[in-house]
Amino acid sequence: MQWEVGSALNIASILAVVIVIAAMLIWVERRLLGFWQDRLGPNRVGPFGLLQVVADMIKIFTKEDWIPPFADRFSFVLAPTIIMIVILFSFSVVPFAPGVGIVDSNIGVLFVLAMASLGAYSVMLGGLSSDNKYALLGSLRAAAQMVSYEVFMGISLLGVVALAGSFNLREIVVAQEGGWFVVPQFIGFIIFLIAGIAESHRLPFDIPEAEQEICAGYHTEYSGMKFGMFFVGEYLGLVLISSLITVLFFGGWQGPLLPPLVWFFIKASCFIAFFILLRAAIPRPRYDQLMSYGWLFLLPLSLINLLITGAVILLAN
Amino acid sequence: MSDPIARPHSKSFLAKFGELISDTLNSQVVTLWRVFKHLFVATDTVQYPEQQPHMFSRWRGRIILTRDPDGEERCVACNLCAVACPVDCIALQKTEDEEGRWYPEFFRINFSRCIMCGFCEEACPTNAIQLTPDFEMAEYKRQDMVWEKADLLIAGTGKYHETNFYRVAGKAIGGKDKGEAKNELPPVDVRSLLP
Repeated sequence: MQWEVGSALNIASILAVVIVIAAMLIWVERRLLGFWQDRLGPNRVGPFGLLQVVADMIKIFTKEDWIPPFADRFSFVLAPTIIMIVILFSFSVVPFAPGVGIVDSNIGVLFVLAMASLGAYSVMLGGLSSDNKYALLGSLRAAAQMVSYEVFMGISLLGVVALAGSFNLREIVVAQEGGWFVVPQFIGFIIFLIAGIAESHRLPFDIPEAEQEICAGYHTEYSGMKFGMFFVGEYLGLVLISSLITVLFFGGWQGPLLPPLVWFFIKASCFIAFFILLRAAIPRPRYDQLMSYGWLFLLPLSLINLLITGAVILLAN
Repeated sequence: MSDPIARPHSKSFLAKFGELISDTLNSQVVTLWRVFKHLFVATDTVQYPEQQPHMFSRWRGRIILTRDPDGEERCVACNLCAVACPVDCIALQKTEDEEGRWYPEFFRINFSRCIMCGFCEEACPTNAIQLTPDFEMAEYKRQDMVWEKADLLIAGTGKYHETNFYRVAGKAIGGKDKGEAKNELPPVDVRSLLP
């Protein structure tokens, strides 16, 4: 077996590593939140509390897998699987290092955006099939939020695509040898960062699941491993957004001295930690604030950014 | 000060844009930085089983029955604590010994009901019932939460060392007749003609 893009060994190890990291993030997040709130976080199970994840998993697997009698069974079961599958699909185009990846797609960026759009179905179906007012409210919010933030999530990436001259994520990384795209595309980076948080509905944009107002939003009725899939799906989304930011704006695996995979890991970890810091520090905006912020500020800004990038590229040629 | 009646579109787009940018920088970014700095602040957590928390002496925890400085039970079974108890978790029965002292025949506190409010301690005229800074009272069986007098009674005086009810009270008991208590005058002989 060869260690090249698309080999079976590659696929298996990427799948395993990504899922294990997403599960470990449950512990990382609780630990980091703890430190930022002057607490310790879970530190009892195993060294530094590392086995907390195992304990959580055992708990969630042995829980009663309950489907409420009033729910629509088929879509209720389908919804949590969609988010896992869709995000894992997105990982297939992410280039982790030279020779490490699953597909070298020429439409990598578009594929990721398409999968992100499909992810909206998960929360919408989950909320609709639950037949619960909070779940319905959550999925309504999720639908509007994800659809509107997808618009300029795509537009903000077009600057990068124009600079690299390719939709292929691997070629985008290679094109950043001279310098990271975060410098010429700083506004694009900020917009993608914000849209990415909204896409993965993490705090402060966790309006679809806002615990304080609509208990758990679209997954109010979920329990056991179906809830666990939503939960791990959220962390998978976090890993995905961090990886994408690394690939698109921060030169992917490129860096001196250390091996490429280590550089990728360091960069992505920094963004994961930043997302957790956002959760610790920033309060949730109101729903209408989120929408008007998106449509009236970020969308025009991303369009202006795209116009200027295009003009500069044309002038330079 | 902003005009409360002002319509949202009364500000120019550029002014709103500038406001948003300055708000982001002044509020959100500063918040992020301040929270981030807490990574290097010592945590407040007391790692409980290994590290004991500092308990203040006025903490209202496990209830005890104390003895007076002579080593006798302070409780005179007056029932005031049972009356004061808002959850009715105290039960007792008065009895008397051959010296004429009152004391509880049984004294039972159901700690699965007790809310540690301390009203019993406030009501107690003899400082017999007291709350202590002990909070480790978990049991596996609910019935074990019911404590009898033998469990509650301690050998010492608890928080209040001086109180000695029968040494100041006018009641006659064995070895101390009327008028022999502390600060007490002998009883007036009403049948005597002398002043």
